[in-house]
Amino acid sequence: MPKAFTPKVITANALIEGDVVYLTADDRWSPRLTEAELLTDEAHAQVRLLDASNRHAEVVGVYLADMDATQDGPEPTHFREAFRRKGPSNYAHGKQADL
Amino acid sequence: MYTYSDFDAAFVAERNRQFRAQVNRRIDGSLTEDEFKPLRLMNGLYLQLHAYMLRVAIPYGTLSSRQMHKLADIADRWDKGYGHFTTRQNIQYNWPKLTDVPDMLDALAEVQMHAIQTSGNTIRNVTADHFAGAAADEIADPRPVAELIRQWSTDHPEFQFLPRKFKVAVSGSPNDRAVIAAHDVGIRIVQQDGQIGYEVLVGGGLGRTPMIGKTLNGFVAQADLLPYLEAVVSVWNLLGRRDNKYKARIKITVHEHGIDEIRTLVDARFAETKAAFNGADVALYQQIEPQFAAPAFSTRDTADFDRAYEADPVFRAWADINLAEHRAPGYAIAQISLKAHGQTPGDATSEQMRVIADIAKEFGHDELRISHEQNIVLPHVHKSDLPQIHARLKSHGLATANIGLISDIIACPGMDYCALATARSIPVAQQIATRFDELKLENEIGDLKIKISGCINACGHHHVGHIGILGLDRAGVENYQITLGGDHTQTAAIGQRTGPGFSAEEIIPAIERLVDAYLTHRTGAEETFLAAYRRLGMDPFKEALYGETASKRTRAA
Ligand code: SF4
Repeated sequence: MPKAFTPKVITANALIEGDVVYLTADDRWSPRLTEAELLTDEAHAQVRLLDASNRHAEVVGVYLADMDATQDGPEPTHFREAFRRKGPSNYAHGKQADL
Repeated sequence: MYTYSDFDAAFVAERNRQFRAQVNRRIDGSLTEDEFKPLRLMNGLYLQLHAYMLRVAIPYGTLSSRQMHKLADIADRWDKGYGHFTTRQNIQYNWPKLTDVPDMLDALAEVQMHAIQTSGNTIRNVTADHFAGAAADEIADPRPVAELIRQWSTDHPEFQFLPRKFKVAVSGSPNDRAVIAAHDVGIRIVQQDGQIGYEVLVGGGLGRTPMIGKTLNGFVAQADLLPYLEAVVSVWNLLGRRDNKYKARIKITVHEHGIDEIRTLVDARFAETKAAFNGADVALYQQIEPQFAAPAFSTRDTADFDRAYEADPVFRAWADINLAEHRAPGYAIAQISLKAHGQTPGDATSEQMRVIADIAKEFGHDELRISHEQNIVLPHVHKSDLPQIHARLKSHGLATANIGLISDIIACPGMDYCALATARSIPVAQQIATRFDELKLENEIGDLKIKISGCINACGHHHVGHIGILGLDRAGVENYQITLGGDHTQTAAIGQRTGPGFSAEEIIPAIERLVDAYLTHRTGAEETFLAAYRRLGMDPFKEALYGETASKRTRAA
């Protein structure tokens, strides 16, 4: 049996700044994971990924990242995505400082 | 120091001009990321987890005060006020904006620096002993050779699309401080019947398949070095496994074909390259060599040093740990630790860079070195100036007396920055250093090298750490594997795995247990951790890590 589809968001790095961004339901790139569109349907996710991947002038390295659906919005299931959302642990740089 | 020729300057300026145009075309949409990526990588620009990263080469680890000042200015103007020095004698800026990078490269060119070939499948920045030109045990300064190789390999038309990256390190001493046996090619300057020549090692490397380099040729004459190297790289360029990137490095080629077959092929190719070189390389070397002449050393007495050494215990502790023997009387090599307890290994703020640059200018014949151990070296300081130097370092958090001790940890950026990482390494280094500082055990433990990598690529040299730590992702949780008995010197060895890894919470106590076991079992303070491990083997350390039964089980197995 194929594995059940788990919820995801579309994420990438912004072309100029290089910082982590998430695709929102209204097609913006937001630096905030809370604003990301949570994708729960596989077919829909693939179409969104295809479209997002074509936005060469805005972002680099578009992919689907696993998330848990929570009351506060998408929450990373893996520590790599948790670090991407927050910034490095040795300095208060990146999102933890900027947002 | 080497000064760019007009050719060097024009070449770098042209490359920067091209890159500026490429960045513009990327931004205006005429280049896709797939088209742009190889171009940015050729110029040292990576995309990491949180931002771009610019990797700048510090050829053979040598910097002048002017260059260090420029690195500080770049950190302030276009980054977050600091830089990270790496195990390959590069500096990395972790936060540049794409649009700023062309300006950063132009600023670097003003002081004869660049980021060319710090990435991609090319011959990378040539590294050297960080005590080059100063060490008491040196046969000859390795930097003229390293510079010769830099010029030969930069933009070498045959070697821009190698099977994989290619790293060269040069040592001028029998005591290896440049980890040459862990490089694709390692060069050791040797002397035979009064003649200087080169022992050439090949096929070393860490990463997924760690290997110690093997001697390909025990003595290559000075005049033959470049044609010989060209023969080595071109043999591999044809044989190297382009079908599988995990098998593409020359270490695998040497492993698969055997060193004898490689030697035969290299010798045959060398007959051709030697004929083709027709002596231009020898003439070039003769132009380069005088530019690395030793400074005019003074012959003052060392009374000021002796007085401070007697009177000031803090200075004495620093001098005992951080100084190394210089070849000129009255001089010392002073290491500036970038490993203050709890700080990020290898990071320096722009202010610290400026303090160090000014000290080098005022007291150090304007010379600095970056070590692969992520520290900064003042290669030529007169002992009588050391009390003043120490006082200045101290007031800027730069006088940590821990070179070679347990808190002098090599750590790669790991998952705090690196897109390839499987776990973090910086916090582990910070916590180990802080913990052993609290225990006030560092000096009693003595010589102990801990090296940490955040993935199997081993940029943190964990395989050659006395204690190596490798961060992995085990089912979505950070997990740290320990190796013991690695050695990065002339007696190079790859560490052995102890067994199952430890979680982020368990790893610091595990290291503490290992060190306790060493202190319990050593014959005395003169038996180092590595010596004790070699005498005792793995068992007492396994027992310390996993308990009595686990260790018995492996003995029975
Ligand atoms: S060892 Fe891995 S995590 Fe560390 S810098 Fe190298 S590639 Fe990145």
